[in-house]
Amino acid sequence: MSLSETAAPARPENAATYLRLYRQMAKIRAFEDNANELYLSGKMPGLTHMYSGQEAVAVGICEALTKDDKITSTHRGHGHCVAKGAEFKEMFCELLGKAEGYCRGKGGSMHIADQDNGNLGANAIVGGSAGIATGAALAAKRLGTQGVSVCFFGDGALGQGLLYEVMNMAALWKLPVIYACENNLYGEYTKVEEMAAGALAARAKAFGIETHEVDGQDVLAVNRLAEDLVERARKGEGPFFVVLHTYRYHGHHVGDINRTYYRSKEEEADWKANRDPITNFGKWLVAEKIATPEELGQLGEDVAREAKAAVDYALAAPYPPADEVDMHVYVAA
Amino acid sequence: MREITLSKAVNEAIAEEMRRDPTIILMGEDVAEAGTPFKVLSGLVEEFGPERILDTPISEPGFTGIAVGAAMTGMRPIVDLMFGDFLFLVMDQLCNQAAKTHYMSGGKLSVPMVLRTNMGATRRSAAQHSQSLHALVAHIPGLKVAMPSSAYEAKGLLKTAIRDNNPVVIFEDKLMYQDKAGVPEEEYLIPFGEAKVLREGRDITFVATSSMRQVAEKAAETLSAEGIEAEIIDPRTIVPLDEATILASVRKTGRAIVVDEGHQSFGVTAEIAARIAEKAFYYLDAPVGRMGAMDVPVPFSPALEDLTVPTPERLAERARATLRGEPVHAA
Repeated sequence: MSLSETAAPARPENAATYLRLYRQMAKIRAFEDNANELYLSGKMPGLTHMYSGQEAVAVGICEALTKDDKITSTHRGHGHCVAKGAEFKEMFCELLGKAEGYCRGKGGSMHIADQDNGNLGANAIVGGSAGIATGAALAAKRLGTQGVSVCFFGDGALGQGLLYEVMNMAALWKLPVIYACENNLYGEYTKVEEMAAGALAARAKAFGIETHEVDGQDVLAVNRLAEDLVERARKGEGPFFVVLHTYRYHGHHVGDINRTYYRSKEEEADWKANRDPITNFGKWLVAEKIATPEELGQLGEDVAREAKAAVDYALAAPYPPADEVDMHVYVAA
Repeated sequence: MREITLSKAVNEAIAEEMRRDPTIILMGEDVAEAGTPFKVLSGLVEEFGPERILDTPISEPGFTGIAVGAAMTGMRPIVDLMFGDFLFLVMDQLCNQAAKTHYMSGGKLSVPMVLRTNMGATRRSAAQHSQSLHALVAHIPGLKVAMPSSAYEAKGLLKTAIRDNNPVVIFEDKLMYQDKAGVPEEEYLIPFGEAKVLREGRDITFVATSSMRQVAEKAAETLSAEGIEAEIIDPRTIVPLDEATILASVRKTGRAIVVDEGHQSFGVTAEIAARIAEKAFYYLDAPVGRMGAMDVPVPFSPALEDLTVPTPERLAERARATLRGEPVHAA
């Protein structure tokens, strides 16, 4: 099912919002294309996990949040970081371990955090941030900030007990948290149905948590649902649990190249050709006369140029000085 | 000065801090009306209400993780971990999340939380409710570790822990909850990283943590009657560790035995003994001694359990042997 078949007619007064959704998704794709290239060309140390294909999830949800709302992210976290408002320059610096990175180069791809925009950080322990997101919701409720937190996690995290412990408490205490389960069909190198018994959403329903399922390739559907749930969470109607059906284009990590043993090339080609969140949303924007193909093409070029400039900047940027190695172990008194 | 129990000292520290700072919350299993199995927290929910004294389900990783997130976003949570043995359940949230957040974020995020838990064997509680696991968390950069040795230390260290902007793990010896000590009515804090010389002596230094203070004090009394004067140092926090006070004492006495209730191997006794050997070797007249808990799971049978922990008698005997210059045979 493509976006143009499911979406309601465009509202011209929302044109700026639509274009922003498109631009944010394009930014994530451009970021990941560059990160992938940096890694494959040996310029990026360590390991990284691409978000390409899942852009509508991060953007649809984060566009419903304010800057002060909190998110927690995953090892596949570049998309959440961009969607929550981060800048390319500080992100690429972080991925390359440079001093101007968001975390002074100490976190890297798997721990990138952007406090100023409410991103409490990517997390390299699968499901490891479920407590943090729930705790942020507890703090928001206790401090009366009206803040909402979103816990992004993949289908793989459904195997972790921590998630169930904190969902139980979130339900008992009616916390303003949204559990966003990105089902990209594979946990590392294994199909979700081989690892998760029963229905995914049934897990949250058992706690009495209101659950939703949405096409995670349809940015408008995701955003519409997120706007509604965020608004309701602010009013104290949370928590909520959302399963977002999506797909990751790359392997589990960059370097997971030969993966036909767990998924076919035909399947990958089908998702890219028929269910790409950016392509389909672009078609809808054109069909609804919100933008012309030329305008979208120009937008894509602008974003690509911006990404390239940030990469060049980050490659030339200095590493942190040696005296930072034991800095930030403890908060300075 | 009035004397109060360690339990009351902990209760007072929490109540005073909660009155001072509305961002402090306390969470854990049966912390509210029940006041914990040790009744340490009795009365707090009546004063501060269930919104600030939160009874949680039996979900140690879950409520520890929630505390981490709340701490990152403006609260100062105190986590009550009913038994120190349950640290193994919360290791990811404590060591992978809380301990590393400030560093991994390049100093942008911080986790001002306290995890209160306990330690100590000989309560006939067997292998899963008797361990002293402070060395485990002391090994992880980013955590601070406090080990009060009396009601006085318990109150002053806990208040400091609550005001610290880092994750702090504080271990109370569960056998000491009813032990009384002089605790001033007026407010005081005990700074971290400042050891206390509990007793001065010229012949040998005992570095003793937590309840091992009592073991060291009894041994020192016995030895004093024999003309041997032991100096006792209580580190009070093992992270940060006041190395200077320990080394100054050893340079004076020339002999040291480190006593701690964690398992002897790879633990606090090993760390402190190694630092003495590295930094005061040429002042030593005898090898540095160590007395920890035996390297066995804590047995239930009282006849066996009592064999596993340092006692005043064994420490005194060990000190005499050290002064006689005898080689160490026992572990």
